[in-house]
Amino acid sequence: MALTVVSQIFPREMIPAVLPLIEDKLQHSKEIIRRKAVQALYKFYLIAPNQVQHIHDKFRKALCDRDAGVMAASLHIYLQMIKENSSGYKDLTGSFVTILKQVVGGKLSADFNYHSVPAPWLQIQLLRILGLLGKDDPRTSELMYDVLDESLRRAEINHNITYAILFECVQTIYTIYPKSELLEKAAKCIGKFVLSPKINLKYLGLKALTYVIQQDPNLALQHQMTIIECLDHPDPIIKRETLELLYRITNGQNVIVIVQKMLDYLKESKEEYAIINLVGKIAELAEKYAPSNEWFIQTMNAVFSVGGDVVHSDIPNNFLRLLAEGFDDGKEDYQLRMYAVQSYLALLEEEDKLYPQKFLQVMSWVLGEYFSLVTDVDPEVILIKLHSLLKKTFVTSETKAWIMAAVTKIASHTSCSKTVDELIQEFSSSLDTCLRQYAFELKHLCEDKALMKSLLPFDASCNDLVVDASLSFLDGFVAEGLGHGAAPYKPHHQRQEEKLSQEKALNFEPYGLSFASSVSSSGVTGRQSPTGLSFGSDTSGNSPEMGHKEANTLKLEGVRKLWGKEGYLPKKENKVGKGNEPEAAPCGSLSAGQVGEPPALQPDQGASLSEEDKEKQQLASTLFVGLGSSAGVSLMGKADTATQKFKRKSKINETQQLNEEASDFQNSAASDFGPLLDTVPINMEDSEGSTHRSLRKASPCSSDIVEDNLAFETPQSLRKSVLDDRLSANRLSQSSLFADSNIEIFQPSPSAQCDSASEIPLVPSLSEELEELPHSEVVGLCQSDALALHLCKVWRDDSLLLIIFVSNKTTSALHAVNLVFEETEHFQILESATSQFPVIEAESVEHCQKCVRMIKVCTQAILPGSVGYQSEMETRLQFSVTLSLMDFIRPMEMTTEDFGKLWLSLSNDVKQNIKMSSCQDSLSAALDTLQQKLKLHRVDIIGNEGILACQLLPSVPCLLHCRTHSGLLALWFRSPCAALPDGLLYQCQKVMEES
Amino acid sequence: MIKFFLMVNKQGQTRLSRYYEHVEINKRAILEAEVIKNCLSRSKDECSFIEYKDFKLVYRQYAALFIVVGIDQTENEMAVYELIHNFVEVLDKYFSRVIMFNLDRVHIILDEMVLNGCIVETNRNRILAPLFVLDKVAEG
Repeated sequence: MALTVVSQIFPREMIPAVLPLIEDKLQHSKEIIRRKAVQALYKFYLIAPNQVQHIHDKFRKALCDRDAGVMAASLHIYLQMIKENSSGYKDLTGSFVTILKQVVGGKLSADFNYHSVPAPWLQIQLLRILGLLGKDDPRTSELMYDVLDESLRRAEINHNITYAILFECVQTIYTIYPKSELLEKAAKCIGKFVLSPKINLKYLGLKALTYVIQQDPNLALQHQMTIIECLDHPDPIIKRETLELLYRITNGQNVIVIVQKMLDYLKESKEEYAIINLVGKIAELAEKYAPSNEWFIQTMNAVFSVGGDVVHSDIPNNFLRLLAEGFDDGKEDYQLRMYAVQSYLALLEEEDKLYPQKFLQVMSWVLGEYFSLVTDVDPEVILIKLHSLLKKTFVTSETKAWIMAAVTKIASHTSCSKTVDELIQEFSSSLDTCLRQYAFELKHLCEDKALMKSLLPFDASCNDLVVDASLSFLDGFVAEGLGHGAAPYKPHHQRQEEKLSQEKALNFEPYGLSFASSVSSSGVTGRQSPTGLSFGSDTSGNSPEMGHKEANTLKLEGVRKLWGKEGYLPKKENKVGKGNEPEAAPCGSLSAGQVGEPPALQPDQGASLSEEDKEKQQLASTLFVGLGSSAGVSLMGKADTATQKFKRKSKINETQQLNEEASDFQNSAASDFGPLLDTVPINMEDSEGSTHRSLRKASPCSSDIVEDNLAFETPQSLRKSVLDDRLSANRLSQSSLFADSNIEIFQPSPSAQCDSASEIPLVPSLSEELEELPHSEVVGLCQSDALALHLCKVWRDDSLLLIIFVSNKTTSALHAVNLVFEETEHFQILESATSQFPVIEAESVEHCQKCVRMIKVCTQAILPGSVGYQSEMETRLQFSVTLSLMDFIRPMEMTTEDFGKLWLSLSNDVKQNIKMSSCQDSLSAALDTLQQKLKLHRVDIIGNEGILACQLLPSVPCLLHCRTHSGLLALWFRSPCAALPDGLLYQCQKVMEES
Repeated sequence: MIKFFLMVNKQGQTRLSRYYEHVEINKRAILEAEVIKNCLSRSKDECSFIEYKDFKLVYRQYAALFIVVGIDQTENEMAVYELIHNFVEVLDKYFSRVIMFNLDRVHIILDEMVLNGCIVETNRNRILAPLFVLDKVAEG
């Protein structure tokens, strides 16, 4: 019972105290006790993974327990651990597979059965673990194919729970490295689900389909009619799931229909969360795939008006940015903007209609910015409309501020307008300070037209505003003020101090002081825009009251210019997406002819169709149009992200990024195109072509790589002949990659060529100066036929150096070798995480060194990285370096006194007793062990107590207090870092057990 | 992962609630009320899974009693759906009559089956083993 309680509620701090007890219970003879103990450990793992690190091998023992219940309990721990780090447990795949095989085969006792299905939840758990393990790993996946097939076969009894297992199976099959036979079977399963009359199964089927569709869009084609039916299903939950599915298969051709369906659902839906979710998706789709400007604007209008004020603020922001920045094509911009203005005018035409605040804000911004594009409408008319909006009570003051800003913009481009005058009159006495502020501002601007023009230039929303933070242009003003006897500006804290001291003495000059500070502080608060400031000081004169007002003006000015400021931020995806649109169109229409239509035009069906069915068919053909090519489309998506990334990277990174993208792309091309290859070869080429075109567009500077690539292109007769055609056609940087996407046809065999590169043992050695420092052995990290990586850790006093040797094994020079470490949460690489070697000569060794720091304490973690080089094609090798806490621990010299002081100032402590073996019964012997093995500094020994100190680089101290009593060593750690004592404790335990 | 487990009667009163993720006490009442409203409003031929906020509800009706389980996106709905049934079967086996007077026992059973949001035991005999021991102690 106590164990049950432990596994439910337990404070973190008490774990070390209870842990040994629970460990004992793992050996208990009763299975129920063992099971509960494992469950308690699971709880410990959840709340403090660090503290149970040293008993991982006990988990393994639990996994192999003779009782199934205990084994099942340990699976929870493994699921959690594998979720966090799947690569560490690949070796257990075999065990999990065996367990699942036994379970599926009915080897468990009958009381584990649920409706004659053996331990179904256990099966599901195992399938999940396998899915995690096999993800993107062909070798591990290989092991599972059999058992998955078996599970699929066994789970054919007609019961809900078998469906649950099947669902999990399908998900696993689609998660791991694909195998075509299994995929086929899984697809059949999904078919069964979706077609089932049982509503719950249908839901499950849709969910599975949604998941699967990302890998294989063709499956949607098979089930299109069912999907259409589900779309009109009376149950809103089913409908929603279907929309989710459609969202995944959206492309340039079906976007109109799908978005329409989504909007319909949106109008019926009431739940806030669902609305937010769906609105976001619609906006994303609309930006990505909009076929025309009109449609885009209309959709966004619908989104704003239906979504109301719950929409995420990103959506209007993105929309406005898109409008403001425009596309590469000026004409497109013009049309889009004009259409937006027109549609808003039409919307405002309808009196008394309530629009959400956010929509109104968007409208007023657009009208203010682009009203002049619409030549046939008098600005006066717009002004009148805005004016009437301002008078409405439902409009919040934030929205009113947006509207006023628009009015100001419009007013700056028209000669005197009656409405503006009226407006000024009306709001100059408004109770809302914000509006009043605007009204005054507008009044002053109207009096000085020239200033107004310079302040509000047309279509300047994208121009960068240069902010002069030092406010140097105010110097004259300040000097003048000082000349008139005003006190110099003092920072706030100084004023406060003075105030305090003055309160004690008599205060002779209260007014002078406060006056000065109000003027100068207004200057400081209003750092937004220099133009605004200068205008402010021009019009407002020198009175303190106006000075105060000036500060306000500036703030508001800043708010309104938000768009302008953000305008120079990296261009958004939507823009890129748009840019690609024309390219998508031709490939889409091609595929529409090939893939979209055949199912709709099956001859025997067409004859016997009822009206309704025909309608559905039509809907189907519109919905699924271009789906066959959506592999191409999704690739386009990839290209999009690629281009997007490029814009943000510096030039050096750019090429390297490209390489990475390229290899990504290569993978996806290989897997995506596999099944498609036979059916739609033309499509494929087409979409590939367009992807590449867009890639080329995005990275003009990669042309130098083209040269490189060409130079290294080895003449493989078949490949080359194809390549030449294509190269001459598009001259792409990805030429080699291009060949690879045809992996089914020509097997590129780099290994065959590199066989000649003999295995020269290039074991590098350290330079002399480093040789003297303590260092590890030089170990191999990874190697390919062309290149080998060796690593040596050098423990310098102030840092950990990783020396990486890159040796070229081939007989020719390697070019453009770059080495990249990935960012992890645990480690930080000082300086840069990449190294470049432009050339590595034949059979020679280059090296680089990296200084690493541990930023998040853990006993051991992996620092992954990769090395890329150019030979006949782009190659990247993955490797990983295992770094332990001890690599970062150094002795810390200090005196006993310092130790005492520091001890008291530290807050995190951990205590633990460990058994001492017989050979180290004395305290000094134990401390010697710790000192030697763990690089701790021994500060002092007093009686049966000893103190040690060390530090985690760069300078996190950890103090250790040891005491011996009756064969036990009581360790007491203190450190400012919470996780450090845990980690060190683990190391101490390990060292003491070993010795 | 399972987020909470509710037993509700048709009048919308909560009979048993167990949370596996911290939810503030006053928020629990609101949450329960909304969840119940959602479940009660659905007809028999609609599907037993509801998307609610950022998680999903799986519910099952037994005469006047609703059992609702809140799960996150990673959980298998059908598995949970069957778990409810398994739970009810266990209850059936243990109690011959009305269960609502023995809520403590129901809690024990639930805790044996679900722990920290994970399904830990589904074997009927094993779930009930500790309870039988308890009963024996009480009698002896």
